This record gives sequence, C-alpha cells and structure tokens, in this order.
Amino acid sequence: MTWVLANIGQIGDLTLDHVLLSIPPILLGFLLAVPIGWLAHRYRVSRGVLLTVCGLLYTIPSLALIVAMPTVLGTRILNPANLIVTLTIYAVALMVRTATDAFDAVSGDVTQSATAVGFGAWRRFWQVQLPLAGPVLLAGLRVVSTSTVSLVTLGALVGMSGLGYFFTNGYQRNFATEILVGIIGTILIAVVFDVLLVLAGRILLPWARVDAAARRNARTARTKAVAA
Amino acid sequence: MIRFDAVSKKFPDGTLAVADFSLTIPSRTTTVLVGSSGSGKTTLLRMINRMVDPTSGSISIDGDDISTLEPVKLRRRIGYVMQNSGLLPHRTVADNIATVPLLSGVKRAQARAEALTLMDTVGLDRALADRYPSQLSGGQQQRVGVARGLAIDPNILLMDEPFGAVDPLVRSELQQELVRIQKDLAKTIVFVTHDIDEAFLLGDQVVLLRTGGQIAQVGSPAEILADPADDFVNTFIGADRGRRALRIEEVSGRQVVVDGTGRLAGILNEGTHT
Ligand SMILES: Nc1ncnc2c1ncn2[C@@H]1O[C@H](COP(=O)(O)OP(=O)(O)OP(=O)(O)O)[C@@H](O)[C@H]1O
Ligand SMILES: [Mg+2]
Repeated sequence: MTWVLANIGQIGDLTLDHVLLSIPPILLGFLLAVPIGWLAHRYRVSRGVLLTVCGLLYTIPSLALIVAMPTVLGTRILNPANLIVTLTIYAVALMVRTATDAFDAVSGDVTQSATAVGFGAWRRFWQVQLPLAGPVLLAGLRVVSTSTVSLVTLGALVGMSGLGYFFTNGYQRNFATEILVGIIGTILIAVVFDVLLVLAGRILLPWARVDAAARRNARTARTKAVAA
Repeated sequence: MIRFDAVSKKFPDGTLAVADFSLTIPSRTTTVLVGSSGSGKTTLLRMINRMVDPTSGSISIDGDDISTLEPVKLRRRIGYVMQNSGLLPHRTVADNIATVPLLSGVKRAQARAEALTLMDTVGLDRALADRYPSQLSGGQQQRVGVARGLAIDPNILLMDEPFGAVDPLVRSELQQELVRIQKDLAKTIVFVTHDIDEAFLLGDQVVLLRTGGQIAQVGSPAEILADPADDFVNTFIGADRGRRALRIEEVSGRQVVVDGTGRLAGILNEGTHT
C-alpha cells in the first residue's frame, strides 16, 4: 500500500497511457470490421475469403506482429503506432465474424419490407440494417474492448508505456505488489470501458431491451402453455 | 388503373412463377388475387412496385409503363402491407407509420401529427404511439402496418395476406375495418389471400389463380358464385362440397339456413331488407 501511495503519480500516468493506447485500436477495429462484415454478409463470394483471412490474422503471434511492425510500416521502434496498428489488426480479426453474424441476423422480412416502402440501398443500410445489427455488434465490441485493453500490456515488452510496465518491472524486481497493481489497473480499465459501452447501448438502442423482454415473455408463455 | 400485359416471370433458378398473365385492375376498387400456395400471387403483387421485374411483358399504372419509372420513387407512392406487418422493430409505432413521409422529406412534427390521425383511422389507441412493435399484439401490429401503408395517401395499396397471421376473430375485425376504410378512401387496392371467404368479402373483382399465375376465373364474387368456370373453381370456392348451396329448413318454428352438407349457416330474417 505504501508503494502504491508513493508511486501514485506514475500509476496515474501509466493508466492514462494505457487508456489512450486502448481507444484507437477499439474504434478503428470497429469502424473497419463493420463494412468488411457487411461485405461478407452481402456477397457470397467475398464471405469465405474475408472470414478465412480474418481467422488467419488472429493466429499470428501478437509479439511477432508488434516486432515486425517497424519494418512493415517504416516507423521507429518506440512509435506507439506499432502497437496501435497491431491491436487494430487483432480487433478487426475478432470483430469481422461478429459483424457478419450481426448483419445476417437482421430479419429478411424487415429488410424486404423496408425496400417495399421505398428505402433506397444507402438509407436502408444506415436506417434499418445497421441499427438492427446493433445489439450483436455491441456484443462483439465488448469482447474487442476487453481483449484490446488486456493486449495493450504486451506493449511493455517492446518498451511501450501502459500498465504492462508494472508486469515487466515487477517481474524483474521480483516485487508482487507492483505486478498486482498492474493486473488490477488493467481489469479496472476493462470494466470501465465495458460499462461505458453498455450504457451507450442503452442510449443508442433503447428498443433492444424492449424487444428482448418481449421475446422472453413469448418464450415463458410458450413454456407455460406446453407445461399446462 | 393497373394493367398487366402478357407478363411472365421466370426466376433465375428456372421457376416459372407467372406465365403470360394479362389483367386490368380498375381504379378505386378492390381486386383480390386468390389462389393456393405457390400460385404466384406475391410475385404478381411485387411486380407492381418493382420489387420483382417481369421477364417479359409489361405493366402500366394509369398508362405509364412502370419499367420506365425509378423503383424507389415508385415504391414511395404505393402503399405496401404484408403478413407479419414487416414493421421496423427499432422504431416506435408513430415513427413506423411516418416512415414513408419521413423518407419523402416531410417534417418530423407534421409526420407525427399525421401518424396520430392515421392511428384513429385504423382504430388504434393513440396511447400506443410511443410503443415499439414488439409491445403490441399481432392484430395491433397489422393495424399499424395498414396505417403505414396509408401514410402519404397513396392511390394504390398493395396488401399481401395482411391478416393471415392473426386469429379468426381479430381477422374478421380487421376485414370489417378495411371495408369501412375503403368505403371512405376508395383506394385502388390489390389484395392477396388464399382464403376464398376473405376474397369474396373484400373483393369488387376477384381473380382466381392456378399454379403459374394462370387465371382460372375473373369476376365479381356474385359472378363467380353464380357461374363457376370449371371444376377447379368449383372446388376452390367450396361449391362442390355443397358449402355454398344454401337452403331453408324449419327448426322449432324458425326458419334457418343450412348448407349442402346440412350444417347450419345462419338464420333467415324475413321481411328485413338490409
Ligand atoms: N425469389 C425467388 N426465387 C425463385 N423462385 C421463387 C422466388 N420467389 C418465388 N418463387 C417461386 O415462384 C412461385 C410463386 O411464388 P409466390 O411467392 O408468388 O407464390 P404465392 O402465391 O404468393 O404463395 P403463398 O400463398 O405461399 O405466399 C413459387 O413456386 C415459388 O417457389
Ligand atoms: Mg405469397
């Protein structure tokens, strides 16, 4: 505890760095995965290729990817872009399949009827398909967010800032408290991000809870009817 | 007036859904397309708003060949109601009804006010305006579907088995409501069903279809009942089972009407002309 108080400034700085390194890959990953997922959903031919490529991306060892980045991007070794690009690739790889599923799950009846009443393709995407894919997209985004926050700790292995520094430093000094602070801090960031995402979902997708409740009621009613 | 002129539709997989179909649908009346499953009713209906384009032949609305019209614009001026309502689950009842006006650039406040008026028209309590579709009963959802179809006051209303998924009591209520609305609004309604009773109740003109969109008979309900074209029509309208052949019998001093199978069809009200 004394160590924590003595180092509170550093803890704060590293936490902030950790947050700042986490946000870009989450956002970029989401923004890239949604259109790719839509393409995979829309066009049969692209589906197999896109989903396979994303599956393979995920199997590349993360450390190898970070280390290779300066060569690939032509950046300096300590440039945060290396970590951000790497984690964005992971985020996309994780998110594309969910995004595809999210668009697949939008009821064909609803899309058809939207077309029938005069939505053009563009407005149909923004006003019908994207919002209806929302709940599944959000579920995917929560996984990506948590996984990204935890992967940012890897940055410490290549000299990047963030709470991962406490892992490497604590390990070298054989000092458990420091490692523990790193772990708890990372978990806290992940939880805060998750809560924020859930809240955003409540605000942006108010109908989703109503819908889920209606489905639950219908299910209980059916079960009761069967039981009776 | 909607005209089908030698229209055929062959789907890419080779299914010939409609073959050489010609029909004139008069304005401001209800035409019902009735036939068993797979007879091409939905395909015919969807050709009117260009959800499906014919392989050959042409369709015109008031003399304009629709293949020259822009599909999205065409759809916005034709009301469309389908089974399971096809409502947008993420929009409230009022917003669902206002869908087409909003797409066409009507201001939000005005669109909402019009939506509330339409709720009255179709017999929906205004208190439901801010609910989501999943919070309504099936019958209420269908009413919202009809209200949405009526927004922007289209001349043409296409209805694809709109009452197919609700229970018989609610269905009959909705049918009566549609009869009432049509009396006031006099739209050109094209209505698809496989229920012959519904067809006879709603249709000014009834089109009986066989597989492949082949017309078995066209006429008013009375004409079809009085003079079924062939055995297929006879079977379809239930005349062969004597269901339509009513006769009067006397039971405990009252005159009742029974059908050919001896089942009770109703009571004879003598002297009253309705
Ligand atoms: N997109 C499609 N691709 C291939 N075949 C189709 C397609 N849509 C319809 N069909 C076929 O065309 C025929 C007519 O279908 P349609 O949906 O018009 O029938 P329907 O009379 O509306 O039937 P139902 O009463 O079951 O709704 C059927 O054999 C159907 O399988
Ligand atoms: Mg159909």
